[in-house]
Amino acid sequence: MAKAPGLFWGQFRRDAALALRQPGELANPLAFFLLVITLFPLGVSPETAVLAPLAAGVLWIAALLATLLSLEGLFRRDRDEGTLEQLVLHGDPLVFAVLARLTVHWLGTGLPLTLLAPLLGAMLALPEAARWPVTLALALGTPILVLLGGVGAALTVSLRAGGVLLALLVLPLFIPVLILGVSVAELAVAGLPTGAVLAWLGAGAALALVTTPFAIAGALSIAVETG
Amino acid sequence: MANPLVTVEALYCERDERVLFSALSFTVAPGTAVQLRGPNGAGKTTLLRILAGLHRDYEGRVACPREALAYLGHRPALSGVLTAAQNLAHYLSLTAQGTPLAAISNALAEVGLAGFEDVPCQALSAGQQRRVSLARLPLLGDRAALWLLDEPFTALDDEGIALVSGLMAKQQARGGAVVFTTHQPLAPAPGLHTLWLGAPDPAAPVVASAHG
Repeated sequence: MAKAPGLFWGQFRRDAALALRQPGELANPLAFFLLVITLFPLGVSPETAVLAPLAAGVLWIAALLATLLSLEGLFRRDRDEGTLEQLVLHGDPLVFAVLARLTVHWLGTGLPLTLLAPLLGAMLALPEAARWPVTLALALGTPILVLLGGVGAALTVSLRAGGVLLALLVLPLFIPVLILGVSVAELAVAGLPTGAVLAWLGAGAALALVTTPFAIAGALSIAVETG
Repeated sequence: MANPLVTVEALYCERDERVLFSALSFTVAPGTAVQLRGPNGAGKTTLLRILAGLHRDYEGRVACPREALAYLGHRPALSGVLTAAQNLAHYLSLTAQGTPLAAISNALAEVGLAGFEDVPCQALSAGQQRRVSLARLPLLGDRAALWLLDEPFTALDDEGIALVSGLMAKQQARGGAVVFTTHQPLAPAPGLHTLWLGAPDPAAPVVASAHG
């Protein structure tokens, strides 16, 4: 256990350096997020009356798909290069390295998505009252998406074309987050308190944070041992 | 004689319904190097992975100093976009926390890559990448009693091969052991043993012994 902080920060530094050296990898999901949201008023209708009720849902679906898009390569390259072997061999307990990797991944995808949400919300005519609740809901919800998605990415790491299977695995798990996230906006627009639903999202994030790294570490160990 | 570093007893392992080893027993004493030989698919890599603890689907007894080993697979385990120093710093955070980062430059110098610290690994040739990977061995120094090397000579030039042989001799001299695979015939050296897998001819024993 004395090794734990070193394992976390060693992995954090490496992954942050990796992300900074290939900014395109992180920019892709963000560009996707931006594009989907810009296409929406063009394709559906620029009318406020039409867009406003859909805005929160569109933001969430785009965020969910952008996260999904970013997940496939989460552990794949490490596996192909052989780094994953070294990690499983020496990185015991593996959860700390896993946590570091997911933290870096969220900082590169979930956080910018969340920060862009108020701006894009305005573009989608998201009602003023829902702007900050939706942003807060995304701040709590995107970590859940990354953590749950990490489990899917770890389970499909050995598969050549695991992308579709990954989507099939994790999209059903994303549904509760989607429902809670969108209902925050509905409550806010109706002038009702959003605290309870946000608390559920927070609880979900806390639960995912303490459980999924173990599942991911287990799945990665199995992937290395059978590969 | 000192206690063996590695003891394998009655190892049985099959892969894809093919028996790789059955009743394989051997020991590796401190100060020795064991070259695993055999045709492609004989299970050399699998045996190294079993020793490293990366492959658990076997029967038999394997005793191995798991907390003090270095395993270098046939892939160099380097991230192409990161520099040699960044890759090795990550390795240190896994294996030997608290090692001063100056050790990385020394280790790179020892494998003939002095001054290559800040070059992204994808800009290095295959042989240079292999050397960066091998720099892990001097980096760990005497913390790794057992080296498990899968094809360490791949892509290396003659000088590189001599260099790795030198590293191995040093490891043996300080009482460590090396188990490695290569198809290269090696000149006989003190403490170098050969373990044949998938017996190349009927005369060769399936059960080999590599006592020091």
